[in-house]
Amino acid sequence: MWSGNRYEVRAGCPILSWIDRMNHTTKKKWKISFLAWGLILPSFVFLVLFTLYPIAKSFYLSFFKDNLSVSIPAFIGFQNYLDLLQDSVFKQAFMNNLLVAICTIPISIALAVGMAIFANKVKFGKGLTRVAFFHPTILPMVAVADIWLFIYTPMYGLIGKFSPDLRLLGSADTAIWALIVMLIWKQAGYVMIFYISGLQGISRELYEAARLDGAGPVQSFMHITWPLLKPTTIYVTVITLTNAYKIVDHLYIMTKGGPGNATNMLLFYIYQVGFDFWDVGKAAAMTVVLIVMLLVVTAIQFFVQDKRTFYS
Amino acid sequence: MRKIALLMALLLCFTLAPMLQNDFVLMAADKVVTLDMYFPVAVGGGPDKLISALCEQFHTENPGIKVNPVYSGSYADTRTKVQAAIKGRNTPAIALMFSIDLFSLLSMNAILDYDSLCATPEDKAWLSGFYEGFMKNAQTGGKTYGIPWQRSTIVLYYNKDAFRQIGLDPNKPPATWAELETYAQKLTKVENGSTVRYGIEIPSDKAGYAYWMLQTFCTQQNGFNLMNQDGTEVYFNDPRTIKGISFWKNLSDKGYQPRGTTAWATTPTDFLEQRAAMIYHTTGNLTNIRKNAKFDFGVAMLPAEASRGSPTGGGNFYLFKGVPKEQTQAAFTFVKWMTDNPDRVAQWSIDTGYVATRPAAYETQRMKDYAAKFPQALVARDQLKYGHAEFSVYDQGIVQKILDDAIELIMTGQKDPTTALNAAQAQADGILKQYRK
Repeated sequence: MWSGNRYEVRAGCPILSWIDRMNHTTKKKWKISFLAWGLILPSFVFLVLFTLYPIAKSFYLSFFKDNLSVSIPAFIGFQNYLDLLQDSVFKQAFMNNLLVAICTIPISIALAVGMAIFANKVKFGKGLTRVAFFHPTILPMVAVADIWLFIYTPMYGLIGKFSPDLRLLGSADTAIWALIVMLIWKQAGYVMIFYISGLQGISRELYEAARLDGAGPVQSFMHITWPLLKPTTIYVTVITLTNAYKIVDHLYIMTKGGPGNATNMLLFYIYQVGFDFWDVGKAAAMTVVLIVMLLVVTAIQFFVQDKRTFYS
Repeated sequence: MRKIALLMALLLCFTLAPMLQNDFVLMAADKVVTLDMYFPVAVGGGPDKLISALCEQFHTENPGIKVNPVYSGSYADTRTKVQAAIKGRNTPAIALMFSIDLFSLLSMNAILDYDSLCATPEDKAWLSGFYEGFMKNAQTGGKTYGIPWQRSTIVLYYNKDAFRQIGLDPNKPPATWAELETYAQKLTKVENGSTVRYGIEIPSDKAGYAYWMLQTFCTQQNGFNLMNQDGTEVYFNDPRTIKGISFWKNLSDKGYQPRGTTAWATTPTDFLEQRAAMIYHTTGNLTNIRKNAKFDFGVAMLPAEASRGSPTGGGNFYLFKGVPKEQTQAAFTFVKWMTDNPDRVAQWSIDTGYVATRPAAYETQRMKDYAAKFPQALVARDQLKYGHAEFSVYDQGIVQKILDDAIELIMTGQKDPTTALNAAQAQADGILKQYRK
């Protein structure tokens, strides 16, 4: 196959002869496709390695019993999922996460809209206002957790100076609310940025027309600003929703899921079960539950909301 | 065509380059056996610097072996890292880990026993030269799997100045539970409705080894412990356990101790800031407190109920299976070097406050001089005769969390002791029964 002149060689090798037999347009199409794939290949490799493959592997692992008491993982079908229904810590982590999501999403969004409108209207110190609202976002999560741990520390902390015996993180009823306040603080600035750019996309003329028709500020907001911000709101809801389920660092630093699992959340519990207790099968099952739940909610969000949105 | 070829060549380079780099590094370093040792730090005072210094000195005396100490957080973090390394088939030759990880590591079939490595009579003599109290969390089935290094007992630190202030004898710390409660009541200072100084603080949060503190109250009832020697049974809802935790909770209810959970890390700070007059804490913090206390303080054995008692604590050296023989031998040499020399062991104890793990260390001149100046250093060692094994069972992670959760629920008043401990016992039994024969 490799001897002979150029044409004989090309004819002998299957791939090369196949290329030769294509007509000019097909060849060009293949060239473009090949180049396109080659260019996205690095990103695609990362996507497969760090997102798609782990999802598939987690799905696979969730059907096995794999913890410290077994040396070879044993296939047990859906037993891991059934065990989750009995696990009170899982149920509590699930409820806690739901509570955090329900509280942080609307409040962060409402605050962000307010901050964005304010930051837009401000005449002097526009840049400074935006920095002030945005700075929590650029702080690393661990630094934020440490700062708020100090704020909440009884006796020495910021709040402790005014009421020394108040143990916000040490009591089960207040710990999760303390966490929610901190999360809203961290998140609002990030969401605000999207709304600032969304607001700038709304034409001034609409507001002028509304003013001429006698609309007050509340009516302009309800009938012009809010509907036109719908695309931003959809996007931001997805972001804040996934943020609510990505909480790990704060729990690790501040409460370790306590007191008594009052602040335990899904992702942190998955880490505990997977890497502290080495019950890999159960952790994989929980991961799958988390993925499916987030996918379903996001899908609903996009398909249902999308129909009601006006994209200009 | 040329563009595509160039693209493929670039991709190939990116994937191959990191693999080639590793080979070059290995070739350069094959004359010295290099070991990575993960180690945790659970106390203030910077023991990590001391460990680095010791490893440097070891390398100077043994140029063929280099031990890289890798700080890996708390005992729990270190356990996670080591277990992850084992599961990722990257087993370290040696690690300094919690003594109570013994059964978890055994069930992973990960650790070597030292008896098989001891070849010479000197080795065997070295192996039997440790305090019996510390070997309880290092031996099972007649074999030794851990060598004690940074070991402790819990002690009572108390503020002598505060004692004098309210008319208590600073040389008579509370010796019984009843005295502890009376002293705590007298030492608690309330101003304008908020407590300025608590009489007693005993850490009770998850990161605070709540189970360890509970063990003090259990072992002080004639040596009753929370688990059996084989790590397959627990006694969470025993009446003695309930009695112990009720006494502990009672101190909070009466206001002598902060309500809710108390953090391990801030308890010594509270003591140093004189916001707590007495604390239960590890002797490993002794040097830290000695250096930073601006007041006269004392160290005492924990108050007794029917007897004195304290669980031991701290970390052992473990050697792992599945590593090349020369690394195991190098690691074994390192462990012997660290613990054989009584002066070295004594110096470690002086520098940190941990108990020296060999009786010979207390006979050295430097230790005798130190103890003459600072007799508090001997309290933890003296308490060793009342020492008991620290809580250690199979599936340590889950079972310990079940107990820690129960303690947190009780201390924050969410559940009463009997209910919480009954539930914890049921859960723990469910997990441990597969290990019982």
